[in-house]
Amino acid sequence: MTATFLLEQMLNGLQFGLMLFLLAAGLTLVFGIMNMINLAHGSLYMIGAYLAATAVGYTGSFVAGVLIALAGTAAFGALLESSLLRRFYGRDHLSQVLATFALILILNDGVRMIWGPHAMLVNVPALVSGPIELLPGLHYPAYRLVVIAVGLLVALGLYLLVVHTRIGMRIRAGASNREMANALGGNISGLFTVVFALGAMLAALAGAMLGPVLAVEVGMGESIIILAFVVVVIGGIGSVRGALIGAIVVGCVDTFGRAFLTTILREFSSPTVADNLGPSLASMLIYIVMAAILFWKPRGLFPAQA
Amino acid sequence: MRNKIITLVACAALSLSASAADKIKVGFLSTLTGPISGISSDLRDGFNLVLELNGGKFGGLPAEVVFGDDQQNPDVGKQVFDRMVRRDRIDIVTGTMFTNVMAAIAPTAFSNKVFFINANAGPAEFAGENCNPFYFSTAWQVESMDEAMGKYVTDKGFERVFLLAPNFPVGREHLDGFKRMYKGPIVGETYTRLGQLDYSVEIGQIRAAKPDAVFVFLFGNMGINFIKQYHQAGLSNEIPLFGPGFTFDDDTIRAVGEPIVGSLNASHWNEDFDNPANKRFVAEFERVYNRKPSIYAAQGYDAAQLIDAAVRDAEGQIKDHDRFRAALLQANFESVRGAFRFNTNQNPIQNLYLREIVREPDGRIVNRTVGLLLENHEDPYVGQCDMG
Amino acid sequence: MTSTLVSISSKAIASAGDAAGKRSSLVPTVAGLGLLTALLLFPSIAAALDETFYVSFVTRILIFALAASSLNLILGFGGMVSFGHAAFFGGGAYIVGMLSIEVTRDIGLLPGTQSAWVAWPTTMLACALMAALIGAISLRTRGVSFIMITLAFAQMIYYLFVSLKTYGGDEGMNIGTRSTIGFGLSLSDDATFYYVVLALLVVSMMLFRRLVHSRFGNVIRGIRENETRMEAIGYDTYRYKLVCFVIAGSFAGLAGALLANQNTFVSPRMLDWHQSGLLIMMVILGGVGRLWGGVVGAVVILLLEEILSEYTLYWQFWLGSLLLFLIIVAPKGLIGLADRAFKGGLK
Repeated sequence: MTATFLLEQMLNGLQFGLMLFLLAAGLTLVFGIMNMINLAHGSLYMIGAYLAATAVGYTGSFVAGVLIALAGTAAFGALLESSLLRRFYGRDHLSQVLATFALILILNDGVRMIWGPHAMLVNVPALVSGPIELLPGLHYPAYRLVVIAVGLLVALGLYLLVVHTRIGMRIRAGASNREMANALGGNISGLFTVVFALGAMLAALAGAMLGPVLAVEVGMGESIIILAFVVVVIGGIGSVRGALIGAIVVGCVDTFGRAFLTTILREFSSPTVADNLGPSLASMLIYIVMAAILFWKPRGLFPAQA
Repeated sequence: MRNKIITLVACAALSLSASAADKIKVGFLSTLTGPISGISSDLRDGFNLVLELNGGKFGGLPAEVVFGDDQQNPDVGKQVFDRMVRRDRIDIVTGTMFTNVMAAIAPTAFSNKVFFINANAGPAEFAGENCNPFYFSTAWQVESMDEAMGKYVTDKGFERVFLLAPNFPVGREHLDGFKRMYKGPIVGETYTRLGQLDYSVEIGQIRAAKPDAVFVFLFGNMGINFIKQYHQAGLSNEIPLFGPGFTFDDDTIRAVGEPIVGSLNASHWNEDFDNPANKRFVAEFERVYNRKPSIYAAQGYDAAQLIDAAVRDAEGQIKDHDRFRAALLQANFESVRGAFRFNTNQNPIQNLYLREIVREPDGRIVNRTVGLLLENHEDPYVGQCDMG
Repeated sequence: MTSTLVSISSKAIASAGDAAGKRSSLVPTVAGLGLLTALLLFPSIAAALDETFYVSFVTRILIFALAASSLNLILGFGGMVSFGHAAFFGGGAYIVGMLSIEVTRDIGLLPGTQSAWVAWPTTMLACALMAALIGAISLRTRGVSFIMITLAFAQMIYYLFVSLKTYGGDEGMNIGTRSTIGFGLSLSDDATFYYVVLALLVVSMMLFRRLVHSRFGNVIRGIRENETRMEAIGYDTYRYKLVCFVIAGSFAGLAGALLANQNTFVSPRMLDWHQSGLLIMMVILGGVGRLWGGVVGAVVILLLEEILSEYTLYWQFWLGSLLLFLIIVAPKGLIGLADRAFKGGLK
């Protein structure tokens, strides 16, 4: 085991974590401010990826494709919020769960009707398609560095938005105390629509950015939405900062578990046992960590609500 | 409730012998929804193509196909299959994609004397100790493609091979198949989570192990994810990537694009096979469905051809199980893969070829057949099969 | 049994939130008896029509009804939204499977048995133990944390069985035969198995009804409404919730044991979060905290799935649309909707 390998795995954990953050940020805002459990957030991620794949194909430009996907998904999110999901804000969490689960079924089949059942093609922009030698012996895919950069920029942008703008103030007020946000007046339902559209846009960004790395296919949202929820509760519901830290914790735990667990187990047991136990333990690791965090800090690492 | 998604019944009365059935009912149990629906729709379209060309008949008998969605869940698959057997009274079941669904429905099929025509990877279980007169595999035994690649890697003198597969029994079977024919040193053997999205860790491990070849068994989105990421890490130019044919088939090519060019894989079929049956199949498939056929489409087509031939040879007497089984065993049809016959365990004896993914002058990325790896290959489990 | 049903249903319920007890007891009792008679005659009717498939289909619905009802005990009456009920449902299936397979293939980890009299109670006991362990930790949390921590434990068990090669790993395993019950009866006969499942469901529902209307049930519902107040009164709310969680877990285990018998097959798919989610959907659709909510939800969802998937490849689209419509028009589940319609009709 070398230092380069360790460093490479740290980058991997960071990159995976930042992608989860893009998903979790929207989820935690919608959850924190509107008190809405949106299981269909993963479907917005899927729609973002499909729109990006289609738009990149049409325009030939990756950046243009991603921007179109962001705009399209944000618009779709706003429409979804104002026409349907708004009805569920006043309802209990369980109604929201059933409604948004129904939405997953509808959107999955909707995408299959429009785009067909086969996975979509999205290529990495040629400029960043290969690896870069960061340090002697440390080759890292250039595109993943782009993903890391985008993730960090979004984190910074969200921080500035939440802490330094008027809309951010209202978002914070909403996340920590819904009644106060109402008292602050203004167009509260307009704020909700904007927040939901923002969340949809971040999910679409994750979908579009991951398109060249992962398979763009029906149901891609479900495989990742559970992880996004794990991030949200680890970080503390409604907290963007918590979502960032939680995402990086989950990204790193998962990465390091896969990278080192089997090797470590081999030190203590026979290779056969280690090879059988290692992968399954690595799969469980995120959940073990989540259970531990929730046991000691049931409200997550950075609870937003007072 | 009796209406079916697609019902193909020809109304013309038939003048067959008195004991012949008046129609044949086929249950097509497959994973029709979710991420896998891409490849299962290829299998289905290939199957339907034979009916389309035959005017809705198998061997002269009007065919009724009952479709069922197993949702990639053996529990659901078993339930749907139960309905097919006991309510729809099917004669044949085909279409299954996953070995866990196959394992779940097989006992019901055998005890109800329903012929199980497996058109996708056949598990070792049914080639060996649990082989059954009612089970036929028209595809390949799970390990054959891996064995073929193992032979190729050995022949080419690779000496440091890294292996990767998902952590579940079939994943281990695939790598065992590879190791059966590859005798050289293995510098790494990694099992990943089933359905894993990100392979950066494993790619890091591969780079650190400095192998001279990598063999992967991954299917569906796992294959797509891995190959994309392997290329982005720059490894595709440094360390050749090998795998079984379906990891590198049309569905993966379409989703991965350029990065997949240059990969080598083993398969029993390819679009460019120069035999009349295949030429007809490829042309008709493109005409009807407006896309190129994949390996799964070829499998569906051959399974339907087998049924067609057997019904014809048994003169429609499909309820006479011995006679129908004998007709199935004859496999009296022109397979799109060329030479094909059943072994004593009712798994295929067939050639396995080396394919390379290339970019055609017209820009299309396709598999090209570059050589023969194993001739008239039998699976290793045939010795354990005792039909009694 | 009739008198028990009548006496139970005529009991008034203390909680103001539960409308079931306030209703006149006669109509539901008559309807219930009618339904029970229909269910008792069903296998004979199906046999007469030569449609025996539907016997096993209804058996499957009854099994899911039991599983969903057990979830409703904690989710509906206790306000504990468990997203890990599949751990007990699938876990129960696996325990029966493991006990059975030890008989034919000596793995030696467990003493094998195929007797339902031994295997099923063992399964319930094992699931109760598992629920005690998981519950003891999970119940330290509340709300969304509880949802996620129960999910976490279920996922751990899922991944455990995926990699347990001895018991088939991700492929699952065939069990071979259904459990044996003696008395010259064979569960391999679908009608017999149907009656056994029906009997177990009816007995379980009667137990649940007793439980919900007992002092214990009142405390549990009190905790759902206001846990702090119950604590202030002096109840050890943690212990009450844990007992409720354990009961729910053991009955989910029983349902799992029945499903394993129905399919003679178990696989980790029964353990994954989709299964937990499906059970939650059934409870919400039927009626959260309504005794028959789980049953109604299981019947409606499984029927819709069966019917829609026969008509269209895009059945999920239509199932989703119907569910969305139902949750909009029936915020309190289908039972709540029926209540409203029933009352509206009277007034």
